[in-house]
Amino acid sequence: MITIQVDLYDRLALDLEADIVKMVSKTGAQGILIDISAVSIVDSFMGRIIGNIGVMSKLLDAETVVVGMQPAVAITLVELGLPLKGVYTALNVEKGMDLLRSIIQTEVDTTEPDEDDHNIAE
Amino acid sequence: MTIISLNKDNMPVVREQDVVPFRNRVKEYAVRIKMGLVNQTKLITAASELVRNMLRYGNGGEVLIEIVSRGRDNGIRLTFTDKGPGIADISLALKDGFSTGKSLGLGLPGTKRLVNEFDIKSELGKGTCITIIKWANG
Repeated sequence: MITIQVDLYDRLALDLEADIVKMVSKTGAQGILIDISAVSIVDSFMGRIIGNIGVMSKLLDAETVVVGMQPAVAITLVELGLPLKGVYTALNVEKGMDLLRSIIQTEVDTTEPDEDDHNIAE
Repeated sequence: MTIISLNKDNMPVVREQDVVPFRNRVKEYAVRIKMGLVNQTKLITAASELVRNMLRYGNGGEVLIEIVSRGRDNGIRLTFTDKGPGIADISLALKDGFSTGKSLGLGLPGTKRLVNEFDIKSELGKGTCITIIKWANG
């Protein structure tokens, strides 16, 4: 779980992205929860970093949930044209944790081979 | 109606580390004219986009922060000036999804949507000057 407590400048945000991906690979974490409740500004760069973290950790078999977005940030993101696709969001940490658990749980349930897998095997 | 400038402050932005203090200064000004939180966030996000462009493409520059008034309305005017390479095709740069860098191409068009007034002047080889205004209740 990561909480971002200050407004990051670009270099710091890039470092955070790299650190998270490294940690996921090192620990084999299945879920990442990013708390941005203390972040007052999400511009296109920060939005892209959050999206990237989601996509990169998905490649490492981990799910990302972003929690605690301020309403003003949500309004601004949409008007900016950046709807943050590709990451799950939840209102707060508790709900985010529940969401993460349910995503990971359903993934475990659906690991039986489906038709596509058979085709590849043939 | 004419726009009167009430209070001004010049701030150089030449390094990435200048961005957060700059954003905080803009916020201070916005709070001073009692701008609502949503408009504050829009203004600061717009400022952040433009200042990043200035750093990335214009090698840094200066920002003039002003409290302006037009009739009963108060607002914040930000003027970003750089001496960078300039923008070859402004209408193209204002299109969603266009970028000469590696970004999403949302900076300029997105910024335009977030503020009330947006003006851009650019001359190749001389630099770029962008002015935005956000009214306190606009």
